[in-house]
Amino acid sequence: MKLPDLTELAMRNLRESLLRNSLTTIGISVGVASLVAMLSLGIGLQQLASRRLMKSGLFDTVVVTSRRDLRNFNREEERNGPAPGESRILDEPTRQEIERLPNVLEANPDIRFITELRFEDKPHLTTIAALPASGKSNDAFETMPGHFFSSETAPEAILQKTFAEELLGKTPKLGLDETNVKELAAPLLGKELTMRYAQREAAKSSSAGQSLVGAAYSVVSREQKLKIIGVADLDPESMRGPTRARVFLPLKLAESLHVMQPTDLREISRSAGDQPVYSSVNVRVKNPSHIQSVEDAVKKMGFNTFSILDASKSIQQFFKVLDVFLGIFGSLALAVAFIGIVNTLVMAILERRREIGIMKAIGASDSDVKKLFFAEAGAMGILGGVVGVALGWAIGQAINLGTNVYLKSQSFPPEHFWSVPWWLVAFALLFSFLVSLAAGLYPAGRAARLDPVQALRYE
Amino acid sequence: MASTPDKSQVNGAPAIHAEQLCRHYRMGETLIRAVDGVTLTVGAGEFVALLGSSGSGKSSVLNLIAGLDRPTSGSVIVQERDLAQLSREELARYRLHTVGMVFQSFNLIASMTLAENVELPMRFAEVDRGKRDGLAREALARVGLQARMNHRPSELSGGEQQRAALARALINRPQLLLADEPTGNLDSHTGTEIMNMVRDFNQQLGMTVVMVTHERALAERYAQRLIFLADGKLVGDEENSSVVVSAIAERGRL
Repeated sequence: MKLPDLTELAMRNLRESLLRNSLTTIGISVGVASLVAMLSLGIGLQQLASRRLMKSGLFDTVVVTSRRDLRNFNREEERNGPAPGESRILDEPTRQEIERLPNVLEANPDIRFITELRFEDKPHLTTIAALPASGKSNDAFETMPGHFFSSETAPEAILQKTFAEELLGKTPKLGLDETNVKELAAPLLGKELTMRYAQREAAKSSSAGQSLVGAAYSVVSREQKLKIIGVADLDPESMRGPTRARVFLPLKLAESLHVMQPTDLREISRSAGDQPVYSSVNVRVKNPSHIQSVEDAVKKMGFNTFSILDASKSIQQFFKVLDVFLGIFGSLALAVAFIGIVNTLVMAILERRREIGIMKAIGASDSDVKKLFFAEAGAMGILGGVVGVALGWAIGQAINLGTNVYLKSQSFPPEHFWSVPWWLVAFALLFSFLVSLAAGLYPAGRAARLDPVQALRYE
Repeated sequence: MASTPDKSQVNGAPAIHAEQLCRHYRMGETLIRAVDGVTLTVGAGEFVALLGSSGSGKSSVLNLIAGLDRPTSGSVIVQERDLAQLSREELARYRLHTVGMVFQSFNLIASMTLAENVELPMRFAEVDRGKRDGLAREALARVGLQARMNHRPSELSGGEQQRAALARALINRPQLLLADEPTGNLDSHTGTEIMNMVRDFNQQLGMTVVMVTHERALAERYAQRLIFLADGKLVGDEENSSVVVSAIAERGRL
C-alpha cells in the first residue's frame, strides 16, 4: 500500500475511536512536554553559566608566570623542566614577545601589591591590582554605580564592595540582606584616597665600570592621590582566590608608579636597568578555543601557564551529566506514554479483528496490515510530539516568567535561563515518532500474523 | 469486468485442480479432519456448487481455494500455481488479483462508505488514485447502487450490502469468484436477485464461480455442476441437467 493511502486509512481509524486515541496522544504530548521542559532547562542553565563565565573574563585568559616564582600545576613538567634558577624571567621584552603570538589579543602585566590607603585620615591595608582598558567588559562593572576609568593613566580607583564597606565602617551582618551597593557608593564617589607605596627607583649608573647595573636601585616612599569613581558589587576577580584585590587602578598608571614588586628582590642580580620584571602576565586570547594553542606556545617559551580551561571542562562535564539526568526524568513520562500506545493498539486489534480478517480476505498482505498499524502509531507519535513540544515550550516560558517576576521582586536583574533550540524541537519530534513506532512494533506484528479464517469465523 | 477474460480460459483448461487435499487441525485432544483427501477439478468458466451439511468441510475447501488457509497435505493448483507452495506475500497477491470473495455476512467494513469499501482492494493493489474513484463508481453502478455510494453499510438492507460486497469482489477483475453461502442472510426474493447477478458474471464475463451452500434447490437452479461433501470427503460430483441456461435471455441484460 502506498504512503498516502496508509496515512489516510490510519487517520480514519484514529478518528473512529476518537476518545481513546486522543487520550493516548495526550499521554505522548505530556511525555514529550516533560522531556522538552527538562532538557531546555538543562540547556538554558548551561548557557547562563557559560555567559557568566565569559563575562568574568577568565574564560579567554591565560595566566603566565615565570617558572622561578610559582610552582606549576603539572608536577611532571616541574621535574623535567629547567631548574627554577635557570628558567627565563618574565620581563617587558618577553611580554611583548607573548603579545605577538598568534591569536593573542593582548598581554598585560599583572601588577598587584599590598599597600596602605588613607581615607579621611584613617589607614586601610589592602591588595591593589591594575586593570587594563579591556577590563571594562567585565560583568562586575556593567551595572556598577559610577563609571570605568576615564583613561589608562587617570589617577582613579574602583573599589570592591567589601572595601567600600570597610571605608565607611560598615560590616556586613550575617543573615541580613546584603547592603545595597548604590547606598554604599553615594557617599564615596568623587572622594579622594591617598595611596602610600614603595617606589623602586633605578640608581643612576654614575660610577663607571660597575658590572651589576641592574642590582643598583633604591626604594623611595611615595604618595599618590586617587579619586573614587566606582564601587563594584560583584567581585571582578572572583576566580582568583586569596590573592584577589579590593581596589583597582588603571594599568598604565600603575606601571608608571614603579611600585616595588615582590619579585624585585629576587631579580636583583638579573634585571637590566629600567626594564620592569613581572610576577605574572595575563594573556587575553581572541577566542576561548585558542586557549590551548596559546598555552602551548607560551609553555614552549619556558613559562608556566594556567587557564580556566581545565575548570571549564569540568563544568561542561557537570552539565552533560545534568542533561542526561534531566533527560532520563523527562523520558520517564514518555515511557508511560509508550505503554499507553501499546495498550491502545492491542485493544484496537481486538476490536478490529474482523476488519483485519476482511482486509486480508480481499487481498491485504501481512505487510499492508503491519504498515497500517505502524502508520497509526506514527501518526499518534507525530501529533503527540507537536502538541508536546508546544506544551513544553509553554511550560518553559511560564516558569521563566514566574522566576523573573520573583527575581524582580528581589531586585535582581532578569535572567534568561530557558532555552529551546531548534535542534531540541527536531530531536523531540523525531524521538516521539520513533518511540511511537517502537510501541507499534508488537501490536503491528500481532495484527499482521492474525489468521484470516479465525478472524472471520466469529461475528 | 469491462473486458472479457481470454477465451482460452473459458470452458477450456481447468481453473482449479485439488489433489488429495487435506486440512486437519487439533481441537484439544481430538484431531479434526475438516478436509480429508478431496480431489476435484473445476474448469475455467464453470459455475460449481459445493453442497453439504454444516461441518461437511465445504467452507474449509473454499478457504483453501481462496488462499486464506493452507492445506495440511495435498495441493490446490489454481491457474497453474500451487497455492501450498506460495509464500504469505504471494498468497496475499493471489487473493488480491485472482480471487473475489463474497460471504454470508457480507463483511463490509462498517466504518467505511460503500465507495470506500469498494475502493479498498484497489488501495492494496496500488491502483492510481485518479482512476479509483471512477472504477468504484462504475462497479457500484453495475450492481445498481450508484445512489448509495456515500452510505455506510449499516444504512443499507442486506441485499444492498451483498450487492456492494459483489462490487468489491469484482473490482480488481479476478478470474475466480468464491461465494460462501451468499444468500444465507437474505430473504428468498433478495437471494434470487443476488444469484442472478452471480450467474450474469459467470455467463457474461466468463468468471469461474465456486459457491458453497447447503440449499440443494438453490444450487440446482444456478450451478452447472454439484459437488457433495460429507465429513471432509467428496461423496458426489454430478452435472446439473436442470440448470436454466436461458435465464439470461429472459431477464435481459444488467
